[in-house]
Parts: sequence; C-alpha cells; structure tokens
Amino acid sequence: MTIYYSEDHEWINVEGNSGTVGITDYAQNALGDIVFVELPEVGDDFAKGDEVAVVESVKAASEIYSPVSGEITAINEELEDNAALVNTSPDGDGWFFKIAISDDSELEGLLDEAGYKNFIAGLE
Amino acid sequence: MRYLPLSTDDRAEMLGKIGVGDINDLFADVPPHALLKELVDLPLHMTEMEVEKNFNAFAAKNVAAGSVPFFVGAGAYKHHVPSSVDYQIQRGEYLTAYTPYQPEISQGTLQTLYEFQTQVAQITGMDVANASMYDGSTGCGEAALMARRVTKKKKILLSGNLHPHYIDVVKSATKYTDDVVITNDPTVNNTESLLDQVDAETSCVIVQNPDFFGNLNDYTEFAAALQEQKILLIIVTTEIVALGAIKSPGEMGADIVVGEGQSIGNGLNYGGPYVGLFATRQKYVRQMPGRLCGETKDADGTRGYVLTLSTREQHIRREKATSNICTNAGLCTLAFTIHMTLLGEKGFRQLAKINHAGAVKLRNKLQNVNGLTFLNKTFFNEFTVRLNKDAAEVVKALVEHDVIAGVPASRLYPDNDELKNDLIIAVTETTSEEDMEVLVAELQEVLNA
Amino acid sequence: MLNNQGRPTGIEDVNASTNGYQSYTGSRGLSQVEGLIYEIGDKNRTGVDLPEVDDFESCLGGFERTEEIGLAGLTEPEAMRHYTRLSRKNYAIDLGFYPLGSCTMKHNPRLNEKMARLPGLSDIHPLQPISTVQGALDLIDTLAHWLKTLTGMPAVAMSPKAGAHGELCGLMSIRAALEAKGDARSIVLAPESAHGTNPATAALCGYKVKPIPATKDGRVDLEAMKEALGPDVAAIMLTNPNTCGLFEREIIEIADAVHAIGGYFYCDGANFNAIVGKVRPGDLGVDAMHINLHKTFSTPHGGGGPGAGPVVLSEALAPYAPIPYVVAGDESFDIVEHDTTGKSYGRMTAYHGQMGMFTRALSYMMSHGSDGLAKVAEDSVLNANYVLASLKDIMSASFEGPCMHEALFDDRFLKATGVSTLDFSKAMIDEGYHPMTMYFPLVVHGAMLIEPTETESKQSVDDFIGMMRHLVEKAKAGETERFTGAPYNAPLKRLDETGAARKPILRWTKSEDE
Repeated sequence: MTIYYSEDHEWINVEGNSGTVGITDYAQNALGDIVFVELPEVGDDFAKGDEVAVVESVKAASEIYSPVSGEITAINEELEDNAALVNTSPDGDGWFFKIAISDDSELEGLLDEAGYKNFIAGLE
Repeated sequence: MRYLPLSTDDRAEMLGKIGVGDINDLFADVPPHALLKELVDLPLHMTEMEVEKNFNAFAAKNVAAGSVPFFVGAGAYKHHVPSSVDYQIQRGEYLTAYTPYQPEISQGTLQTLYEFQTQVAQITGMDVANASMYDGSTGCGEAALMARRVTKKKKILLSGNLHPHYIDVVKSATKYTDDVVITNDPTVNNTESLLDQVDAETSCVIVQNPDFFGNLNDYTEFAAALQEQKILLIIVTTEIVALGAIKSPGEMGADIVVGEGQSIGNGLNYGGPYVGLFATRQKYVRQMPGRLCGETKDADGTRGYVLTLSTREQHIRREKATSNICTNAGLCTLAFTIHMTLLGEKGFRQLAKINHAGAVKLRNKLQNVNGLTFLNKTFFNEFTVRLNKDAAEVVKALVEHDVIAGVPASRLYPDNDELKNDLIIAVTETTSEEDMEVLVAELQEVLNA
Repeated sequence: MLNNQGRPTGIEDVNASTNGYQSYTGSRGLSQVEGLIYEIGDKNRTGVDLPEVDDFESCLGGFERTEEIGLAGLTEPEAMRHYTRLSRKNYAIDLGFYPLGSCTMKHNPRLNEKMARLPGLSDIHPLQPISTVQGALDLIDTLAHWLKTLTGMPAVAMSPKAGAHGELCGLMSIRAALEAKGDARSIVLAPESAHGTNPATAALCGYKVKPIPATKDGRVDLEAMKEALGPDVAAIMLTNPNTCGLFEREIIEIADAVHAIGGYFYCDGANFNAIVGKVRPGDLGVDAMHINLHKTFSTPHGGGGPGAGPVVLSEALAPYAPIPYVVAGDESFDIVEHDTTGKSYGRMTAYHGQMGMFTRALSYMMSHGSDGLAKVAEDSVLNANYVLASLKDIMSASFEGPCMHEALFDDRFLKATGVSTLDFSKAMIDEGYHPMTMYFPLVVHGAMLIEPTETESKQSVDDFIGMMRHLVEKAKAGETERFTGAPYNAPLKRLDETGAARKPILRWTKSEDE
C-alpha cells in the first residue's frame, strides 16, 4: 500500500485499485476545529479534481477535491457524530471515503511523502 | 444639527491631524464632475416639530383599523398587542443592538432568539425552527428552494388556495432557476386533488392551512402518501393564532412549515415589517436557510447562546449558501416572542378560542342577511361569503359609511370572474359585537338596495 | 438629646481590597443571571387577561388541537423582569461606540420611532381600500422621491425587505432586461472583496460569479476587469465606496466598459453613507443600486433586523421592476398590484414593502434635509480618516489613505505577538467597546474594518483611539493572556462555538423526568 498526497492537502492510501482518502495534518491544523464533513454518497462517480466533499469549521467551509477519478465505495459514517476525528486523527480514523480508482495513471501526478513534506515547507 | 456632534472647531482640528485643508480633499477620488457643488434639490433640515407636522398630515389621510368596524385579513390580522411588548422592544439595548456576532455581549438578543425558536417549533409541532425570515411569503419562496436542495428534484406543486402573493413570490424565487412550478387555480371550497398531480419529478407540494378563503383541511393522509414518494409537504399558515386551536402542521406530517407571525406582537404596519416563521425536521437542519441560535457553554462552563451552523449562510458559503439572506426580522421577532411569553399555553389557546368564537358569532348573524351566501364548511377566524353583486363595489359603498368590510377576492384575483362577488371577512378578538351588528346592517342595506 | 441612630458613612473601616466574593446566585451587582422562560414560567401562567367565551358550536371541522403545545407563560411583572434583565446583557449604540465597518451603526433617533407609531401610519392594513390609505401612499411616494433625488436615478423599487433582498431585485431586473432582448448571458463579475450576499444573490439568479482582482491600492483592477468582460457577462456587482473603505476612482471607466459590452452595473449601496448628498450614483453610470435603510438612513438594527432595501433603477431597467409600486396621479395615489405590461419580473414579497422602515427613514431624511445629509457624508468620512491618521503609526493600515467612511487595518502589526485579530477584538470588549468588523473583507489577512459614523463626537472618537493605542501597546509588550483569554469583563467569557456547531442544540426540550 502506498500513500500519495495532493497539493490540496489530501492523502490517498492506495491498496490495489482502491484508495482511502482523507486530509492531512497540515490541513486540519489550518482549518481549525472541524464541526461537520459533508460526504459524497456511495455509488457516486467523480472525475479527478471534482468537488467531492466539504469540510466545515465554525467560520469557514472548504471544498475537498477528488485526487483521482472513480466511484465511491464507502464513506466514514463515524464522522457524522464525531467530526472532531478529523482533527485528532486526520491520517487514520478521520478518513473521509474510499474510492475505486478508475485510472491509476492519475496517481503519477500526485506527490509522495517526501514531495508533500517539501511542498508544505515551501508554504510556510 | 441635533444628530451631528462635530463642531466647526472639532472639524478644523481633525482636518489638521489628518493633514488636509478642506473636507473635499478627502473626496479627491471622486471624479470631479460627479462631486456635487450644490446641495441636492430637497428641503433643508427640519426641527422635530416640523417633521411631526408632515407626518401627522400623512397619518390624517389614512383610516386607522381601530377607528372603524374593520374586517380585513387575507394574510395580515389586527390583534391586540399588550403594552409591555412595545415598551420592551423600544429599550435601547434591544432597539439599537446589532446582529449578535459577538455573543459575549449579545446574550439578550441570543437568549430571546433561542426562546423564540423553541416557541415556533412548539406551535408548529416541528423539531426545529430558525431565528426568523423577513416574512411568511419570502419564507415560502425559501422553502421551495430548500425542497429542491433536499430532494434534488425540480417540480414544485402549489395549491391554488395558497395566498396569491405567496404564489407570486415562489414564482419569482424560481424564475431563473430550472425549477418548474405548477399552480392550481383557486377553488373557494378547496376541491383540489393534489395527490393526482404529483409524480416522480415532484420535489414538494405547498398548501396553506387555514387556506386563503379560510377553509381548514387535514393533510395527515396526504402527508403520509407524499412521504412514500419522497415528496416534501410544505404547509403555510398566515394566521398563526389558528395554531392555538387547530391541529398543528407538524402533527399532520409536514416536512417544512412556513408561517406569517405578524399576528403575534406586531401591528398591521401597512404590510411590513413582519416576521417569517420557518420550521422543519431535525434531519433537514443543515439545508435550512436563515440564522440559527444554539446553546453552548463559555470558558467558565456557564450556559450561553451563540449563532451557529453559520456555514450555511452567505457570509461564509457565498455563492453556495442556502440563501442570500442576511438580516432576520430582529425586533419583530423579539415582539413575537415577548407576546407569546405573555400569552403562554393558556393565553394562546384562549386567544384562539375567542377568535374562532367571534367568527362563528358573525357567521350566525350573517345568515340573516339577504343576498349573501356563506361558502365555508370550516373556518378559524376568517371566511368567504358570496354576495349578490360585485364585492369590490360593495366594499367601496361601505367605506362611505365608515365600515371596512373585508377583502374582495378580486383585489388579488382581478381576472377571475368566478370570484368577482366573493368577499373575505376576518374577525379577531378586537372585533366587538357592535362592529358585527353594524356590518350586518350595512350589508343588508347595500345588498338589497 | 443627641440622635445616635445614624449609620456610618465613611469608608475607612470598609475592607474593599478583595476582588469580590463568588456570589451564591451567580448574579453580580446589576448584572443578573436569568434562566429561560421554560425554567421560570409554566403552562398555567399568563400575563394577559382574556375574556371567557360562552359555549358555542365549533366550526373547526373536527381539526381541534388536542395535544399540549408546551408553551411557558409569565405574568406581566415576571415578563418585564425577564426581558429587562436580558436586555442588560446586550451591547448597543445607545451604550457606546460601535465601530462595525460596513454596518453604519449610527444613532437611531427616537423621533423616528414616534412617527412610526402614529395610529394613522401603524394601524393600517395593506389590503384596505386604496381610498382609505392615501396618506400611506403619499409617504411612500415622498420617500421614493427623496431616494431618487439623492441618487440621481429615475425610478425606485420599494418592496425589497432587506439589503440582500434588494440585491436580488436589482439582479433580477437586470436578468429580465437581458432576457427581453433574448440574451440572458451567464456570468456576473464581482470583486474578491465583495460582501457574501453578492455572490449568493448572483447564484439565485442563475449566474456564475467570476472574481475580479484588485490592484495593490485596493481598487478594482480596470485592465483585468476589461479582460474578463465579454458577451457572456450580464453585469458587474460593485460596492462603492468598496468594502476596503476606498472610492473606486475609475468607476466611470468601469461603468462605460460594462455598458459597451451590453452589460449592466449593479452597485451595492451598503456604503452610501460616505457619499450621500455629495455624489449621486446615477452620475457614475450605475444601473441599479440597493439602499440599506437600516444603514445610511438610521432605521434601527434591532438585534439583527428588520431591514429594508429599496432599489433605485436606471431608465433601462425601470420597466422590469417588480410589482407592486405606487403611482402618483393628478388627484390621488394608486398602487399597481398586477403587472399589465408583461415586463415586470414579478413580485418579491407579499404586500407592499417595509412601511414601518419607510416612515422611520423619511423622518430621518426630513430631519437632516439636503444640507444635513451632505454633512452626514462629510462627518462620517472625517471621523474615519481621523481614526486612520491617529492609529496608522502603530497599527498596519492596509492601504495608504485617505479612506472614505471606514478605515481598514490588517493583522500585520500583531505579527509575533501571539495575538490574533479575534483576540484583539475580545480585549476591546473588556474595555467596554464592541469590536470592529473582523475578518472582512477577505482580501487582507485578519481584517479589522472600523466605521465610526458621523454621530460619534470628537471626544468619543478620541476615547476610542486612546483605548486602541493602549491595547496595541499591551499586545506589543507581550501581555498575551490579556488578549487570548478575553473577554474577562463581559456577562459571559468566550463561548464554545465549536461545540455549538458539532452538537447543535437549537431549542429547549422538556426532559423526560419533568
């Protein structure tokens, strides 16, 4: 399994042709306390770059864009009652959804862990 | 000028600090020809006395509802508002406060909003209510848009017995969206068969209870049938006092309830400002427009209130907001909640009883008038009668005799021949027996002249 | 006989050095704790006397409400106390300086309240026969005349219920005008600094919003705007003065460019206070502008409403205005409630508009007159510039002055202090002030937008400046906790807004064991 990152601060953990997607620790820190996550529905199709979810803090709402194209196979129902998981465990229990990757060549456009670390270092 | 504290000396000193010689130097960015060299062509400032004279002149040309026998309703009603209400809303802390965005110094506004939201949810029989819309009609437009967001479907079916202004507002609210609005014709006895008209594309049906002609309906079975088809039922109430006597829209199974709250705490005010009530099911809370006040704690653990779920609103979501609405009904909302508190459970029910009793009494008296047919099988405090001549003409004739007899249906349906002779008459606790006797006598005369 | 019953009046023996004892009641002196009506009242209490009704035959058709509603009632003395106690937890203009940029928190004259309550103006129904409300129609027509004269525009739609509602009216008129030519178009341009209602409104009219960037000196980038123009642009939505408090110098060029491609210029009139009586938007090429009567024309903010947003319209847009509207005939006034031209886009609200706010606004306008109103603009601009000049040495002004009626600062001056714009604002509360507008406009970081208005005396503005200078000094001196833990002196400490949004409790509910 490999983890890729996007410049929009999403991570996708790829196993076979399935990816689990969430946002990074950098993102949850910048957004502040998360109060609600609007997730897609299982079965929905998205193209890479489509708006797939919305993360709400008290004073702001941020769109999350799909890092790859595919069909949603699962969503993290825990987030409905416990949006705080995104803050406390962004890389683990705070995952957003699982997606069946339709075109894995799209993964080449994403960053690896080192690349993402460099990217956020450049943002400071 | 009594509202402008800066003196000539102050201004000179301040200009000095800023570093310019003349006030117009601060308007240097205005295109030169656009900066007016002379005052606009309007009167110069006036003293309080002069202003009062002007306004007394305006007021003198109007007939106040309380000065004559008065039977006008059709979505706004003359009720008695207790004196404490107006006294409280004029307190500077309420009158001159802003939207409670700094909750630590706005608990007065916030707690009263929380109490208001609770009262509205209770009287409508719904889970949750917002902190008010501009009025019932714009709330109705917003409800239609909300149904679209919830169901993702595009067809809106409007009962023909919905207040015609509300119908028009829904139409203009959806004019430039791709929603399709189907409107039935009005029927004085409410003979619609709405269930036959819905299909898989329908997002919601909007009905009114009591309806525009005063009829009462039980939408319970209808609501259940719509639920099976995933269609939302929106019930509108323009006379909120009715909910003190009749089954609530929530009990009937409504998904969204829209109300005009003017009857409680707020005078007629020639049509505005009023107060829109908006309530829905818990599961639709995030799709609800308007402000919401919620309970929380402060850093010491003390209970307090804040505006919440703000990410639905325009100042955060911008073009993706649930609505563009910014203000709510503010002071009118406060007036509503204070009046409702003074009424309480007992008072609200009694007020409703008195209203209905008055309407029944007038109906009984009207049975004796020749040339008048009573159309309603059921009603709360408003009903429709069919006269033997043009209703607008009759109303006009009665104005000459200092009676304002009601609303001719033709005022809102000028092109509908069927309704030409129909008159909508409202009765409230402010209607005396004497008023009723005068109306009966005058009608008897005009209809049989 | 000496009277030795007197009580001591000196303070030498009083030990006032402690910071007070924790009160048993939770109240502190004049600041009283107050529960919910549902905790104080009950279903049997009522503060209204209503007559009994003789038995009668109900015509409700069997639809009686049988279940308990659950309302709580209070008697009149209890209600008075409840609402009076709650009122004292509110900041208000009547209490102090309210420097909220973009909100125009000016004094609310009480004459306006008196006029609005005249029975002949408040106790009239919108559907009374027109012959019985000639005074009301005259008033609306008079206000319309004042608005048209002040803005230099030929027409005005009076019915919108609030500013955002007015924006909708303006944009819908624009769309209707374009559709009449068979060319609805699909895009509206708006600056990134626009108030959130602007894009929200555009979306309601089926338009997509394209942002226009600003120049380094805070105004619309004319060249970038011209590049964004095209046959698909229906309108540009601008605020002028803009949300950074600056007058758009190139406004005429902007208007000309939009008109040249067949589009319209919508102006958000929220900042009209800076130019009322001195500049007419009609002379700047505006096609539609809403006016917030609750900002420029002093109708009270009332804790969040009601507002009123009449919209002045150009010759080109006037035919598409919504119904209803007042018409002045030779002998009398009439209201047009049904469109016979086929051009109006429809009706925006039941009845005729916010009459109660018309009365208040006209009373304000007549009190000031043309001379007073021009002074309003001048004094509001003067006060804001005085604040800017007096604070820019220690706070970071976002733009080189002068400004118009509001001054914009950002949080650069707080860098390395550990104090945010939010923290700074909360510390202002401890000093007895309502904070300025925070985090708007979005184009600068940690924005602080200060609008004194013209009804603040020089003394009041000097006091504010002194307080701000004091706080800035403290922040820079490293006294972070004073800010990060603020407010300490308000009726409540900082509130948990995260908790309120994660687990919304939006009403009181009876608990099971009651």
